[in-house]
This record gives sequence, C-alpha cells and structure tokens, in this order.
Amino acid sequence: MDELWLFVLAASLSVFVIKVLGYLLPQKLLEGPAISRAAGLVTVALLASLVASQTLGEGSGIGIDARIPAVAVAGLLLWLRAPFIVVIVVAAAVAALLRFLGWMP
Amino acid sequence: MTPHDLEHIRQARSQAISVASAVSLYGLSFGALAVISGFSVWQTMVLSLFMFSGASQFAFVGVIASGGMAAGWAAVASAGLLGARNGLYSLRMSPIVGPGWLKRLTAAQLTVDESTAVGSGQSSLVGNKTGFWWTAILLYSGWNAMTLVGAFLGDVLGDVRTWGLDAAAAAAFLGLLWPRLNRGEPIAVGLGSGVLTVVLVPVLPAGVPLVIAAAVTIVVALYRHRVAPERPPREEVS
Repeated sequence: MDELWLFVLAASLSVFVIKVLGYLLPQKLLEGPAISRAAGLVTVALLASLVASQTLGEGSGIGIDARIPAVAVAGLLLWLRAPFIVVIVVAAAVAALLRFLGWMP
Repeated sequence: MTPHDLEHIRQARSQAISVASAVSLYGLSFGALAVISGFSVWQTMVLSLFMFSGASQFAFVGVIASGGMAAGWAAVASAGLLGARNGLYSLRMSPIVGPGWLKRLTAAQLTVDESTAVGSGQSSLVGNKTGFWWTAILLYSGWNAMTLVGAFLGDVLGDVRTWGLDAAAAAAFLGLLWPRLNRGEPIAVGLGSGVLTVVLVPVLPAGVPLVIAAAVTIVVALYRHRVAPERPPREEVS
C-alpha cells in the first residue's frame, strides 16, 4: 500500500473518531463556553489560513497570479449573497479567462 | 401525529432537500480537484465516503497538492483540526438522535455542518429528527455521487490551472469561511490567521502554517475567554 493511502486512511479515521466521540462523551464534558468558543474560532482560523495559502501559495513561496482577482470576485459575489456553486464557477472562470488572454500567469 | 407535527416534518423535509441538493453539487469540485491533485478515483471516493466532511476533505487534498508526501502528516492534522467542530455538533445532536448504538454510529458519520444546522434548527423534536436524517442521508448520497462524477471529470480536464480550478479551491474556502465572519471576533481571527499564514508559508513546509494558525487561535481564544467571557458563538452554516 503506498504512502498516500496511509494518509488518506489516517485522516479519514481521525475525522470519524471525532464525530463518534461526541456521541460517546457525556454532554457536560465538552459543552463549556470556552471550548465551543475556541472550536468556532479554530474553524475560522483554519479556513482563513487555507484561503491565504491557496490564493497566494506557490511551491514553497508566495506567488502573485490570476487567483487573486478570481478570489476578489468570489468575495464580491459572497457579499452579494450569490449561491455557493455560482461563486466557485465564476472564480474559476475569471482565473481561466485571465490566463487564456495571457493577462496574468 | 398532530397536524402540527406533520407541518414540522414537511418544513424540515423541504429544508433538507434544498440544503442537501445545493451542497452536493459542491462535491463535484471536490472530486475534480482531488483527482487533478494526484489522488486516484478510489482514494477520492474513500475520502468522501469515510471522511465525509467537506472542509476537512478540501484541506487534506489542498495541503498534499501543495506540499506532496512530505506534507502528509500536516494534511492529516489539518483535516482532523477542521473536523474538530463535528465533535461539538455530535454533542448537540446526541439527544435528538436518541438511543441505539447502530443508529448513533450511523448518525455520527453523518453529523456535519449541514445536517446539524437543519437538524437543530427546527421548532420541535420530530422536526429536528426529520431535518437531521433527511439532510444527512440526502447529502451523503448526493455528495458521494457528485464526487464520483467530479473525479471522472477531473481525469478528463487535466491541468488545474488552465481551468482556473486552483482559484476555485481558494474561492471554496472563502465560501466556507464567509458565513462565519458574522462578528468582530471571528473577523479579527480570520484576518490575523490569513496574515500569519502569508508570513509563514515561505519559511515553513506546506501545511505547517495552517497548524500554527490553529494553535495560536486556541491559545488566544482561551486567553480571551478568561479576560472577556461571553456567550459562546453559534456555529452558523449555509
């Protein structure tokens, strides 16, 4: 079995175990306001970190390319409450078009 | 069953259908991205069938796509950290799902943003149960079916960049983040985490900045809770 399978299974198992834990543990244990506040903010931090690295990351550094205007347009559409799938398709189209026209890498 | 109950069931069911069908479509982009990032169709399907948590799946694939095998454990860690909120959803859904270990185990696998949002947002217990199970089952089937279609599309599409799929991935994370930026505190955390990531990406292996951003946030959140306690934030989902 190759290494990628190991990571796929380890990650899947860890996400599943966390879900099961919630049904096994007594409710009071984790329901403190500190924990749920931290969990909510960690989700925000991770997603923001992913937005940053997926928009600007290139190899092991930072790269400026067509992803930036695409994500800016996505932000505008989200602000206008456009449906999720529309946001994603338009972002892809903006980046693809800028590259096709040769305006941005 | 009172007429009231029937009304609640109908309402929960229609919410479940609209949420599940909208979010399932998004599995299409996951399937395509995973295959284009070098995962086999089988590996892609295992992620949707067993991990079954959108943000964790995207993060896992994204970190490996940018860092390769060396980023494997960082990818596992980011999937696990992003999945941590599912544990809190499980706690919330536990009394609604009720007893029976097989039922609870099935419910556990299906406890994600959407099923929890619909399943805890109804005005009666029967409505909550209906909302949870309908969303859970429809989303699980739809998400996996769309992942499979996306995986085959990905095989055909080839280069990610030509089609702007790298930008689509970034936009997807922004779309998941957006509804959570409803107050000052998450906005500050989001901005801080984004800036920290940009600073750390050039100097650390792929995926590690993500884990550091999460760790810093936990410390900040627990500290802020001591100095400025407040009502816990409610995780809202689209």
